Amino acid sequence: MPDLKSVNELVLRFANVNGSGSASANSLVAKSFFRMGLPVGPKNIFPSNIQGLPTWYEIRVSEKGYTGRRGSVDVMVAMNSQTFQQDVADLVTGGYLLYDSTKPINPHGRREDINYIGIPLTQIAVSKYEQARHRQLFKNVIYAGALSALLDIEFDVLCDLLGEQFKGRDKIIESNIDALQTGYDYARRYYDCPLPVRVERRELVGDRILVDGNSAVGLGAVYAGATVAGWYPITPSTSVIDAYTKYAAKLRTDETSGRKLFGIAQAEDELAAIGMVIGANWNGARAFTATSGPGISLMSEFLGLAYYAEIPVVLVDVQRCGPSTGMPTRTQQSDLMACAYASHGDSRHVLLLPATPDECFEFSMLSFDLAERLQTPVILVSDLDLGMNDSVSKPMTVAPDYVWDRGKVADYEMLENGFEFYRYLDIDEDGIPYRTYPGTHPTKGAFFTRGSGHNKYGGYTEKGPEYKENMERLLGKFSTAATLVPEPVIEDKGRPDAVLYFGTTLEPMVEAIDELNQQGYALDQIRLRGFPFSEEVWAFINRHDRVLVVEQNRDAQMRSMLMIEGDIDPARLISVTQYDGMPVTAEFLVTAITGHLSDDPAVSQRLSA
Amino acid sequence: MSYAKPKVAHPAIAKNELGYTRRDYEGSISTLCAGCGHDSISAALIQACYELDLPPHQVAKISGIGCSSKTPTYFLGASHGFNSVHGRMPSVVTGANIANKDLVYVGVSGDGDTASIGFGQFSHIVRRRLNMLYMVENNGVYGLTKGQFSATADFGSASKGGVPNPYDQIDLIQMALQLGATYVARGFSGDKKQLVPLIKGALSHPGFALIDCISPCVTFNNHEGSTRSYEYVREHDVPVVTADYVPYAKTIKVDYEPGTGTSVKMHDGSMLNLHKLEEDYDPYDRKKAINYLLDCQEQGKIATGMLYVNPDVTDFHDILETVDEPLSSLSYDRLNPGADALESINASFR
Repeated sequence: MPDLKSVNELVLRFANVNGSGSASANSLVAKSFFRMGLPVGPKNIFPSNIQGLPTWYEIRVSEKGYTGRRGSVDVMVAMNSQTFQQDVADLVTGGYLLYDSTKPINPHGRREDINYIGIPLTQIAVSKYEQARHRQLFKNVIYAGALSALLDIEFDVLCDLLGEQFKGRDKIIESNIDALQTGYDYARRYYDCPLPVRVERRELVGDRILVDGNSAVGLGAVYAGATVAGWYPITPSTSVIDAYTKYAAKLRTDETSGRKLFGIAQAEDELAAIGMVIGANWNGARAFTATSGPGISLMSEFLGLAYYAEIPVVLVDVQRCGPSTGMPTRTQQSDLMACAYASHGDSRHVLLLPATPDECFEFSMLSFDLAERLQTPVILVSDLDLGMNDSVSKPMTVAPDYVWDRGKVADYEMLENGFEFYRYLDIDEDGIPYRTYPGTHPTKGAFFTRGSGHNKYGGYTEKGPEYKENMERLLGKFSTAATLVPEPVIEDKGRPDAVLYFGTTLEPMVEAIDELNQQGYALDQIRLRGFPFSEEVWAFINRHDRVLVVEQNRDAQMRSMLMIEGDIDPARLISVTQYDGMPVTAEFLVTAITGHLSDDPAVSQRLSA
Repeated sequence: MSYAKPKVAHPAIAKNELGYTRRDYEGSISTLCAGCGHDSISAALIQACYELDLPPHQVAKISGIGCSSKTPTYFLGASHGFNSVHGRMPSVVTGANIANKDLVYVGVSGDGDTASIGFGQFSHIVRRRLNMLYMVENNGVYGLTKGQFSATADFGSASKGGVPNPYDQIDLIQMALQLGATYVARGFSGDKKQLVPLIKGALSHPGFALIDCISPCVTFNNHEGSTRSYEYVREHDVPVVTADYVPYAKTIKVDYEPGTGTSVKMHDGSMLNLHKLEEDYDPYDRKKAINYLLDCQEQGKIATGMLYVNPDVTDFHDILETVDEPLSSLSYDRLNPGADALESINASFR
């Protein structure tokens, strides 16, 4: 058996039964790597289920900073008999299998090229604990303790983390540390610890944080000054509102009265959720909602109203696997076109495409400024992988001189001083008219908002030229939007070919690009961060012979959008798609990209030159 | 199309306490059919707001889609209005109300807008106790699409083509009572004397107020065999409890027979004097009201008036525990938790 040996480069996967309390033990292990100064990428691969179905938790540790999924597993903690065979099969040659040896394992499918580390977890738990629930929960902590010995995770780090988690509940801390110690001692006694695959403290994370994108989005809404949220629960977006609720309660409760400087309404469905957001924004508050694909479908009619009547809306779409209910706990980037062109008639919407938690925070704040500046819906398009998994991220920051941008609002003073207000008149020639908040002035500035045909003065119309003039202005406004969305992140060294990607493809792409470079494939890169596409995007595409468009959906939706919006020759946009619901791996990207490039004789020639 | 009316007023014209004339509460000229009940409701709303001395710009008018939902253009031209999406007025007014609790909210909807496409939203806005007047202009028919039955049309009533309605009706009053509405009235657009005080009471009620106003469609539902025609409603109308609205600090004028009247003190100090026309009716008893309405339904009668009121209400903002100031008025300084708080949140993720 070839020896698997590595320090600070490993993939550790836990296979558990959903509802067995494994999540906190597994995330404890993930965080301990981070506390040891190591870049870490945990991924929770969970079922749409409350109890009983298989669930996995995978941790990538990488001194090189590769925190995306690599593909394959070095160390497997196989705690689920339902998936045991598959879990064993997923290990690399020379990998390590930690399993519960209370009962002998089925010899069928036994691999001779991996290392077996049996610990009688159930037996230990049964002898140590009286209550069934304790036996189940502490079993998880015991294997975490064993991993501490096997992988050389600093035991004190684990103890500190438990101390923080259960602060003030000393008895719980004590019993958890005792369970950790039990696992640690067992592993030390029966196995050579640490294993050749292990970790070691480094100083590689600096001031970075380990956080999920949904928390960052929810916190961003607090810092953006959002005061109203209307929402309906749906995986994987629910934790956006949970985070907003938590941070708003903590940071936005009036100290003297104990009353709240925010209002959150759980709606009866997504239609009502977006309706509330539209009503609140119309009335001068910053309001938002969060949903996932099915919610986008339901909100479409209202999105058309907000587009046409020009009402700011902030909508967070944490994408999951579609179509229909699809695989609701798996990730995808498949709502792009549903978001960009939501609703009947000619309508289109501004999208922001974050790739990291700090961008989630930044773009969450930005979406409110843009929605009010542009008076239109802004959709923050995240996904399950980014939203629900922790990622190593730069800290969340607000520029010290940040001032919220409420956009063009005619207030009492302006109206009083003779500002001639007409709701849809483009006086600044940027396509953006002025609006007024209800209740502003006794005699001036009132207007009637409608989704029916209207002219530039805000009056009802069924006259073709008046209708058209307004629709043309909306197109102009969309051009303005292209100058305001975040610019793409570009690396352009004048190579003929490039990769184009966005969102959570970033993590594995960093690793894939390095690997491709080593193999002799040099590619320029562009990471899109907003829609409509800016001039910089078109210039980049036009500078390259071929652009590989990498995305996590079947139908190459981003490629279609580039073709629709930019009239790009389809032959120059090569589609690379991965849409099985799992976060993209670097292995996949390298294989797919080299596959496309080496088909081309010109590339082969460049490689041999 | 809507047309503006000239804003010229005779200097001697009557003004309310705020100095507004009745004309200041009007809107554009209606484009509904001549004789449409909805126009009478708009006129009643104008009169109620004028007499209540409501500053027009402090009222927000929000509607769904349909003939009824067009009417916010025809009253209170100095107010912001919002003609939104079919059946979704309740969610829009909910958001608007959370944002600014200080405005007066008039939601206008129809029977299709409320009892069919918007039935879900209707149910939930009642549950939320939103402080608003929810006015249903109920004609039992889809007018703009030329005469289909709506969900409030009575079982067996005939369409213009003579076809009987095969479905049971949804009674919005009974629904609202079941869901806990605290101000429930049924009006008739042909009886402005009854309607105006009901509107005034609803606008003064600090919680959710429903007025289900029968409003005949002269074009598609005013024929023989219809149970929503002017003639049928006049014949079968049973005014149960009439109301006189008396603003705060004005002399209470009693104009009902002694022994049959009762007064409700509204949140703002104004009084709603109720005059019982049906001896046994108790407008404070929800269960009895529901039973009475079921009896009326069986007998083909239409009970109108102040059907249920409970002045002790909680409003949605009590549930949300929001601050007294409108959320929309809060400055960024008050809303921004600051850099130190953000740094300690960052630290919690290390």
